[in-house]
Formats: sequence, structure tokens, C-alpha cells
Amino acid sequence: MQYLMMLYAEEAGWNKMTKEEQQQGVAAYGAYTEALKKAGVLRSSNRLQPVSAATTVRVANGKPQVLDGPYVDSKEQIGGYYLIDVADLDAAISWAARCPGAGHGTVEVRPVWSMGG
Amino acid sequence: MKVGEGQARMGDEQARNTAEAVARRSYGKLIAFLAARTRDVAAAEDALSEAFAAALADWPVKGCPANPEAWLLTVARRRTIDVYRGRRRDEIASEEMRVMTDGLEAARRDAEIPDQRLALMFACAHPAIEASVRSPLILQTVLGLDAKKIASAFLTSPAAMSKRLVRAKDKIRQAGIPFCVPEREELGERLDTVLDAIYGAFAEGWTDGAGVDSVRRDLAEEAIFLCRVVTELLPGEPEALGLLALMLHADARRGARRTAQGEYVPLAEQDVELWDAETIAEAEELLRHASGMGSIGRFQLEGALQSAHVHRCRTGDSNWAEVVDLYDALMTVAGSPVIAINRALAIAELEGAGAALATLEEVARDARLAEYEPYWAARAELLARAGAHGEAREAYEMAIGLERDASVRGWLRKRQATLTSGQKS
Repeated sequence: MQYLMMLYAEEAGWNKMTKEEQQQGVAAYGAYTEALKKAGVLRSSNRLQPVSAATTVRVANGKPQVLDGPYVDSKEQIGGYYLIDVADLDAAISWAARCPGAGHGTVEVRPVWSMGG
Repeated sequence: MKVGEGQARMGDEQARNTAEAVARRSYGKLIAFLAARTRDVAAAEDALSEAFAAALADWPVKGCPANPEAWLLTVARRRTIDVYRGRRRDEIASEEMRVMTDGLEAARRDAEIPDQRLALMFACAHPAIEASVRSPLILQTVLGLDAKKIASAFLTSPAAMSKRLVRAKDKIRQAGIPFCVPEREELGERLDTVLDAIYGAFAEGWTDGAGVDSVRRDLAEEAIFLCRVVTELLPGEPEALGLLALMLHADARRGARRTAQGEYVPLAEQDVELWDAETIAEAEELLRHASGMGSIGRFQLEGALQSAHVHRCRTGDSNWAEVVDLYDALMTVAGSPVIAINRALAIAELEGAGAALATLEEVARDARLAEYEPYWAARAELLARAGAHGEAREAYEMAIGLERDASVRGWLRKRQATLTSGQKS
């Protein structure tokens, strides 16, 4: 079953870290991604640019409405994702707990809708 | 503030304090007592929960009763009987219902509530109950922990955990799983499953090395408490003593597992002065007492290993031969990948990294190890010692990627870094 792990964190948090902490952070994510790959469960992953680069788009009554900024104005914003394919929710939760993002933010785990087979 | 209001407030608080105190010391006993008579754990939980609610409404007004446990039991019993009479006519044969209500009525004559927590634990750890839900079930029924707290500890969704607990309680009721301490012939084996369930809870609690996560620290303490209950109610069982000793040994070292800055400190580097000497002494006494009963088992062996490690750290005595012997015995009694890995690390001390890596190869065939951090950490250590720095580096990388605890990740990175800089460690 496929699960999307969405990483939420306070964006300002990264800049508040020391250079060494940032290096450790990068290394931790690197190791984590490698582990996912070696386990054969990683389908896709990406880091997103900050919300300052976000744009929201709506179409109401046929008219597009375009706004600068993220959809929800909250302290924690989505900063990246991992798409994994594992046996069940427990397995997905296990991987989410290992994600460095779970340590300084929140990881939301949601199953992907499967179409038939 | 009117005088009446102040009194009412005090009455409320006193009622709440008394209710909480009763819950802390008697929840498990009350549940066990109710469930043993009806075989219906869920109904017992509901009935007792309503009794506590009734207490919080009644005691501020009428004052706290002299025997709060008996008061709660009376209300819970009455509620259970009402539920059965009202709703379950179609489900239960009238004969069965009569037996149940008779049991509840008769119990009122008992002066003191008998402690049937052991019977409840044996029911929860019955072979017919799915293995992975036995620990959670015991934690919820005997200790009253809620599904959310248990789910976090076992890394499962709370909704999923709730469902499994409901299913397990249904099974106890529908399959007629008995509430009793098994007969002598069966006792050893059945006790193993109870101890396993308790140890499972401890192991989950133990993943919080520094004891900063209150959910996990509590879980380890709860497991120790449950084991104490077992040893008190079954004093002649060496494996129960062994398990208690094992957990106390591990718990005694809690203060040394992290530096003041929160960094991970492995056993070999811990400051023994930070260990709780009294707890260690208690553990040692338990192991002595158990060995006198002449029936060695898995938990006594694990306890003996803890004892050997403590001895070595305190005295510097390099007792690795004894440690390997204990691991060999443990492998025959209760072999598992975890034990094989720890055995390999001990063999490294005795015969060198090469021999240890060879034994690790045999373990590696278990597919589960691909995602098991301790396997990769052990492999990395041994490869580093054998001089295979490239492979060691990769193994450390895997271990880091699989490790949940940021402070352990930090320690692994430090070890990994000593490789890159060319320093041998």
C-alpha cells in the first residue's frame, strides 16, 4: 500500500540552527532516504521550496483567483514529502517515526487512494 | 464567596482526590474482580467507569464512603446486572445470565476484594489471544491505560489499537477464555506468555533512554509494577523473579544513558557512579533467590547477562567468556536475531571481529534485519574493527537512517566520522 508522508515544520526553525546542526540535519535526511531506498520502499521524495514561493489558485464561478502565499497561514508548513510503498499502516508509522522531520516537526501519514488492483 | 460555595468546592476536590487515589491503587483489582465473574472485560470497564462518574457526583454531596472500593464495586455490579437484564436477553441463555448475576450478588458477601489480577493477566495473555495485542491488553485492563497512550508506545494508530483491543476483549468473552491461574503442568508455559507481554511493554518503554518521554518512562515503570504483582502473587516462580531482575537492572542505569546535554552514552562508556546501586542490589538478590529454585529459563539468563555486564563495568574484569556462555545458553532456550546480534558483539571481544562477523552473516538471512537498526550498528562496529572502513561507513549510514532517536543518531555519526578521518577506534 502506498502512503504519503508529509513533513510539517516551522520554516524559521532551519535558519535558527547553527551551521553544524544544519549539516547534521542534511546528513540525517540523507541517511534516512538511503535507508528507504535500500529497503525498497521509496517511490518518490522531494523537498519543497519555502512558502514564500507558494501561490494559491482557486476557480470560482469560472473566474480564477490567484493569491501569493500558502493555503493555510499556520506556524508549521509542509516542507517536503516521501511517497512509500509498504505492507500496512504500522509499517508506514514505523518509517515516519524514523524521519528526522518527526523530531523537529510533525509527519502526517496518509494512505494513497488505490484504484482497483 | 459564600460559605456554602467554598464547602462545595472542597467537597468536590476531596471527592476527586479520593477517587483518584482509589483508581491508582485499586483499578486493576476492581476490573479483575468484575471481569472474572462475567468474562466480559469491556462491560467491566464500562461499569467501573460509570461507578467512578457516580462517585464524583455523589461523594461531594454525601461525603466519601469509609470503604470506597466496596462502594464503587456495588455500583458497578448493579450497573452490570442491569445491562445484562436489559439488553442481553437475546444473546445469553437465561441459565448463563443467572450464573453471572448470582456470581455478582454472592461477591458482595466478601469482606475484602480478592486480588484476581493474575487471573486477568493469564486471560489477556492466553494463547488464543493474538500475540501482539497481549501487552496492550494487559496494560489497558490491569492498569487502566488508555488506547491512545498505548498506541503511541507501540507505534500504531490509536484507532487501529482501539479496534484490536475491542476484538481481543470480544474474543475473551465469546470463546470462553478462562479467568484462572493455570494448573501446575501448564503454569510454566502460560506464565511465559504473561511475562513476555509484560516484557514487551517494558521494551517499548525502554526506547526512551533518558526517561524524558513521560509516556515511555511510565510504561517501563508500569511493566516493573506488573511484574512485582506477579512475583507477589506467584512467589515460587523463578522466571518471574528473573524478569523483574532484568528490568530493574536496566532501569538502574537510566541516569547514565544520556549526558547532561542529552547525548547518548553506550553501556561501555557509562559512569557507574550514576547507576542506582540500591536497585542493582535488589536485582542481584532476586537473581540469587531465583537460582536457588533450580529451574533456569530465558529471563533468568537475560538477568544473569545484565549482572555480568554490571560486574565487568564496575570491576574491569574481562568476563567475556562467561558472557558468551550465557548467550549460547540463551540461544538454545530462546534464540532470536536480537540475541544473536548481541552474542556476535560478545564473540568479537573473545575471538576478534572476523569471527564475530562470520556469526553475524548467519543472522543476516532473516529478512526483518534489513530494517533493524541494532543489526546495522553492530555490523558497522565489527566492520570498523576489522578494518573494512568503506563497508563500515555504509553500515553506519544504514543504522543512522533507521534510528528513531536523534541522540543515538548523533552518536552513530560520531563513530562514523572517526572512520572518515582515518582514525582507528
